[in-house]
Amino acid sequence: MTPEVTLRQLKPGQRAVVKKVGTGGELGRRMREMGLLPGTEIQVIGRAPLKDPVEIKLRGYNLTLRNNEADFITVEIGGEA
Amino acid sequence: MSRQYTIALAGNPNAGKTSVFNALTGARQHVGNYPGVTVEYKEGLAQHQGRTVQVVDLPGTYSLTAYSPEELVARNYLIGRRPDVVVDVVDASNLERNLYLAVQLMELGVPLVICLNMVDVAKTRGLKIDADKLSRLFGVPVVSTVARQNQGMSELLAAAVELAESKPEWHPLNISYGSDVDQGVAEVADILQGAQERHGLLSARWLAVKCLEGDQEVIERVRETPELAEKLLPVCGRVAGHIRSTMDDDPDSIIADYRYGYITGITRQVVSSEREVRMDLSDKLDQVLTHRLMGPIFLFAVLYGIYNFVFWASEVPVVWFEQFFGWLGGAVEGTLPPGVLRSLIVSGIIGGVGGVLGFAPLIAFMFFAIAIMEDSGYMARVAYIMDRVLRIFGLHGNSVMALMVGGGLSGGCAVPGVMATRTLKDPKARLATILTVPFMNCGAKLPVYSLLIAAFFAHRQAEMLFLLTLISWGLGLGAAKLLRVTLLRGEQAPFVMELPPYRAPTMKGLVIHTWERTWQYAKKAGTMILGVSVLMWAAMSFPGLPQEQDAAWQKRIDAAPSAEARLELKSNRAQDELAGTIAGRAGRSLTVLTDPLGFDWRANVALVGGFAAKEVIVSTLGVAYSLGEVDPEHSQSLSKRLAAEKGWNPLKAFALIIFVMVYAPCLATVVMIRKETGTWRWALFSVGYNTLIAYLLALAVFQGGRALGLG
Ligand SMILES: Nc1nc2c(ncn2[C@@H]2O[C@H](COP(=O)(O)OP(=O)(O)OP(=O)(O)O)[C@@H](O)[C@H]2O)c(=O)[nH]1
Ligand SMILES: [Mg+2]
Repeated sequence: MTPEVTLRQLKPGQRAVVKKVGTGGELGRRMREMGLLPGTEIQVIGRAPLKDPVEIKLRGYNLTLRNNEADFITVEIGGEA
Repeated sequence: MSRQYTIALAGNPNAGKTSVFNALTGARQHVGNYPGVTVEYKEGLAQHQGRTVQVVDLPGTYSLTAYSPEELVARNYLIGRRPDVVVDVVDASNLERNLYLAVQLMELGVPLVICLNMVDVAKTRGLKIDADKLSRLFGVPVVSTVARQNQGMSELLAAAVELAESKPEWHPLNISYGSDVDQGVAEVADILQGAQERHGLLSARWLAVKCLEGDQEVIERVRETPELAEKLLPVCGRVAGHIRSTMDDDPDSIIADYRYGYITGITRQVVSSEREVRMDLSDKLDQVLTHRLMGPIFLFAVLYGIYNFVFWASEVPVVWFEQFFGWLGGAVEGTLPPGVLRSLIVSGIIGGVGGVLGFAPLIAFMFFAIAIMEDSGYMARVAYIMDRVLRIFGLHGNSVMALMVGGGLSGGCAVPGVMATRTLKDPKARLATILTVPFMNCGAKLPVYSLLIAAFFAHRQAEMLFLLTLISWGLGLGAAKLLRVTLLRGEQAPFVMELPPYRAPTMKGLVIHTWERTWQYAKKAGTMILGVSVLMWAAMSFPGLPQEQDAAWQKRIDAAPSAEARLELKSNRAQDELAGTIAGRAGRSLTVLTDPLGFDWRANVALVGGFAAKEVIVSTLGVAYSLGEVDPEHSQSLSKRLAAEKGWNPLKAFALIIFVMVYAPCLATVVMIRKETGTWRWALFSVGYNTLIAYLLALAVFQGGRALGLG
């Protein structure tokens, strides 16, 4: 079993697959329209100097979100660090 | 003449819409604002085989929901104006996400041409895209382009005109959202079918999908027909509830899943990746430019560099502008006889507008620097780096740029600062930023600081300026926080934001961006500010001295023994004149309020005048202290005079500095706040808010200082 963690816990370079986007409302909608949905492969590119927000790559482009937003995203770690 | 076709350009932010627009229309374009919102639109004309086509550049959006002003503007334009053809500019290097909008456009049913832009970028990333196949699968024309090199533009225009010529109907695309949702949609659509005529040409299914997605705009419209709403909304609620309970998710997120599913099904067939690129150049740059240590250092260097560049580059043109307005004033002075008319034109109109327009070169270079940051993709990184800090104060990473431009490092200008808040999408954070910008130390406040620092803190000049920079940031951020916990309280809007790849900006793009914004600034200076400058001039000129007093002064001046004495007498007359004017009287009556701050009537007149433009403060103090004309850049004599004046001391000077730093933004800024917020309410609020804070602070400084025995 691969452990399920949230996006906040991923380290730079790590890849994962989104399992669940646990938020609705405006935030959920925004994530969806940016293509962040269950089944999407993501990779963490890095974090801002104060460790927040986080930069990820998905669907061939780069997206940034705050850590408290990343908390809603459950992922399954896959691929190498 | 045959009817002119209208082509609307839609697309994701940064997909290249404006580049396509510029390539199609050349210089024939017009920038405007949608009423009520600060979303810009651009219209221009393109030529195709002797026929003129109107092209409209819509705001960039990721979606066609109704949750941001951009999306609403774009959607309402498409529905309300029904352009003949919609060209969706799609970034080929980022196809999946870009097609999300394309699919929504097809679901709406607009006659569509896909402009597959940035194929050059896709190529360097090893992506091969089969445009013909994409066209077949979607059933819409697809044209590959490289907009920044003008490649494919005539083909694109030809395809759009050809489609327009076929007088296409709207053909909504129906995609499946899974059996549960489909059933629900059908049920809602059935009810809507009856009321179809009310919705014009929109399909019942599209409206049904929007109702289930919880689209506030559409639901609002349904509510306008109470009988329909009565039938429809309970069904919507029931269907949505059913979907939620069986699928454990909101209808809108299921619909989005299926849309992306549909897109992935298509991109699998048309995109082939020659090699997998894990970290491209842009990612590697990010490793350095947003690095924990290097990132902030580089950011600071960039901002510092911008200041030096802007001041260095604008120094000469600003002098030209000043000389031009000086020459113009002189020319008028030479041709008109002395009197009210001459004074109105020279001091009121030329002086007022010239004072503001004189800054135009500086502002143009500031906009140029901002355009470089935006077009290169670095601006988004500034927000990324700074967000954590600014969030504490209820602001947003993107607020940094506005605050910097507004004078965060001393010497900016609040007008472009307020305009720079446009990159902020969170309305409350944006408003808080707009209201914070005037706290920064703009270039026009600096002469006042240097005057007072030279007079009272001469041994500590650099430290004082640095201290004032810190104070202005502290006060600005504090004021923002105060607003965010009171009037602008509320959840922070989502930050989720694209970090576009780094790109080399094109000169053409930079020039167009700079020109558009500078022109907006100049237009403001030319109209609103003209009116108020004249008012300020009148307040400081009328009523003049009574005849006999004036005659008495003239006699004394004529009888003066030396040129020196004559000059001094003239200055005294000017002071006397000023004291009697509306502004002078206002200054006197304001002493009731300003006595506790230590300001006398002369300081008050200067502050009232400073509302027109802060530069006026030094020159008015000059007149009030009967030194005649004082050039703000060379105010040593006034400094000496103030230092020697009884009643002035460092404490009073410091209270005045703080007051000038914080009180009402200048007129140009107020006008810009009105423009950017869409209402006078916030513009007037900022005048009141800042003046109140300034008053309380100056009071605390002066009285506190006195209590401590400093004054
Ligand atoms: N390499 C490459 N760059 C392009 C192409 N088209 C546009 N660009 C660049 O992409 C950047 C964004 O282009 P814009 O035309 O401003 O994009 P936009 O869609 O108007 O963006 P917003 O107004 O922010 O929604 C600019 O730096 C352009 O020079 C292209 O075909 N190839
Ligand atoms: Mg654009």
